Amino acid sequence: MANHDLTPTDDPERHLPPDHNPLPALDDDQAGHPSASAFQQVQASPEFAELRSRFRRFAFPMTAAFLVWYFAYVLLSTYAESFMNIRVFGNVSLGILLGLLQFVTTFLITWLYIRHANKNLDPLAASLRDKLEGDAR
Amino acid sequence: MTALQTTLGTPWLNITIFAVFVMITLVIVIRVSRGGRKGKEFYTGGAAFSGRQNGIAIAGDYLSAASFLGIAGAVAFYGYDGLLYSIGFLVAWLVALLLVAEPLRNTGKYTMADVLSFRMQNKPVRTAAAISTLAVSFFYLLAQMAGAGTLVALLLGISADLAQMGVIAIVGLLMIAYVLIGGMKGTTWVQMIKAVLLIIGAGILFFWVLGKFGFNLSDLMGAAAAKGNSETAGAGDKLLHAMSKYGTNKLGFISLSIALVLGTAGLPHVLMRFYTVPTAKEARRSVSWAISLIGAFYLFTLVLGFGAAAIVGMKTINSLPGKSNAAAPALAFYLPGAGTAGTVFLAIIAGVAFATILAVVAGLAITASASFAHDIYNAVIKDGKADPTSEVKVARATVVVIGVLAIIGGIAARSLNIAFLVSLAFAVAASANLPSILFSLYWKRFNTRGSVWSIYGGLVSALVLIFFSPAVMAPIGSTKPLASAMLPNLHWGWFPLDNPAIISVPVGFILGVLGTLTSKETNPEKQAEMEVRSLTGAGAEKASIH
Repeated sequence: MANHDLTPTDDPERHLPPDHNPLPALDDDQAGHPSASAFQQVQASPEFAELRSRFRRFAFPMTAAFLVWYFAYVLLSTYAESFMNIRVFGNVSLGILLGLLQFVTTFLITWLYIRHANKNLDPLAASLRDKLEGDAR
Repeated sequence: MTALQTTLGTPWLNITIFAVFVMITLVIVIRVSRGGRKGKEFYTGGAAFSGRQNGIAIAGDYLSAASFLGIAGAVAFYGYDGLLYSIGFLVAWLVALLLVAEPLRNTGKYTMADVLSFRMQNKPVRTAAAISTLAVSFFYLLAQMAGAGTLVALLLGISADLAQMGVIAIVGLLMIAYVLIGGMKGTTWVQMIKAVLLIIGAGILFFWVLGKFGFNLSDLMGAAAAKGNSETAGAGDKLLHAMSKYGTNKLGFISLSIALVLGTAGLPHVLMRFYTVPTAKEARRSVSWAISLIGAFYLFTLVLGFGAAAIVGMKTINSLPGKSNAAAPALAFYLPGAGTAGTVFLAIIAGVAFATILAVVAGLAITASASFAHDIYNAVIKDGKADPTSEVKVARATVVVIGVLAIIGGIAARSLNIAFLVSLAFAVAASANLPSILFSLYWKRFNTRGSVWSIYGGLVSALVLIFFSPAVMAPIGSTKPLASAMLPNLHWGWFPLDNPAIISVPVGFILGVLGTLTSKETNPEKQAEMEVRSLTGAGAEKASIH
């Protein structure tokens, strides 16, 4: 784009002879940068609306769920001690068990989100990105 | 075992292992660094780390000495409540994973302020974000430096004031060296090495302790309780019950929980780590690695804590300098039988604990210097026209200033409670940073006034409430000095909780809404760009190619 004819600058990190500088793909921050109207067009497109809703329909309820579950655990531990002190097996109380379950759900939500993002978000995001950046070149 | 009354193991061996770690990491930092004269190299290591590498480095950045020594000690003394405390630190990562990491990678360049100011008026928002970044980083840095002093007393048998100051100064100088030589790339390598050592060390202790009790958690807990009861009647039973630590200050604990779970995704040094990977997908992978490692580590510390209570005993731990913080090192010493093997094992664990502090302070220093040079010097003072070379020069000079300030501050703060300083950093991050980050990313209408009000409102309310809390001064109307406070003889306190988050986090969110609704400013073009970029990665910063 417009910046290709900039004066070559000294670049100690790449050690290239001056006539090889600049390398457009590396030096031009604006290369492949879509225009403002392109962004607005994409924002209004049904594909983007679909991507946004796929993301939000997973992330928002999941965030609400784990926050409720975490604060329920904190509140039970602080205000329902005798309930949390019930022994489930041996010396392990209900509170310890629910605490370990917090670890399990954290790992589980991480796994679910990664799976959701890889399967349902990434392909759609990539096609929108390619379209935007391709148009801008 | 008379030496044990003052210190653990052999101080010179502890020092040697620490020195070996410093030398190895310095060599690696020198080898991986490419000078870092370019902004991108210095701030993000060229954004060329893989998700797994970055995830390990995040774990190295996040698992501070406070969490290694502090949580193991809390479990050893309060059992259940120690576990309760560590869970907040882990669950918090889901906020980062689900809502923050990927959009942040896609919309920003070097700092948190890049994202917050993306679609706002640049100067006011950037200034606010930079001030908040510097405040959080400085509190966190003070906590780590103060921790270094405590650790020295415990592991090197140095309790003389001057020697402790000397060690704090050495930590500060090493931090400056790592960051100046290696930039973000070198710092990341230090964090990765440290994370691997820390998790392996804790993992060995974990399997060793559990193996001793036939891999039965119930038996281990029973042994811990029995040992406690044999020392003081009833002390052991408390380990198995909820609220043995927080029972006297329940609301304070809930406030702390809010700070922990919402603070992590607002910690600037954590956010900056998402820029060191090439894509949002790698940022996601980083967080999943970090969650696995951090989760495993907290499970290890749970067993370490009960193991220390069962094998060493609370009474012995309490007689050591550092008291509950000594639980994990004491376990390393007693587990192999308190002989030569114990001495060597302790020295390794001690070396890892030191390494922990170095890696964390280096990450903080680079974050604070990036924020000053990129946000304040370039964007505000130079109107965004500073050339990248001079910006990095300013950043490097800032590292030296921050190092010196951290040394002075660390020396002044060395008697302060480390956990208090850390919770302060989390509270400010949750109140001042997170509301603005979430609104910027997910609320179309959000604007400059909302952002500025939210950041300053969250920051000021958190700081004011802390200042008038029992952590800083005695309550109004009390007649006796409050020994646990920073200023025990000042009787002006009116806020009853140690942690302000329960008030200051809502203040941050509400002011964000009020500021937004009272201002007519909108910027649909930039909002469209930010939203599309955050979800697709189109036009996002690329990794530099070497």
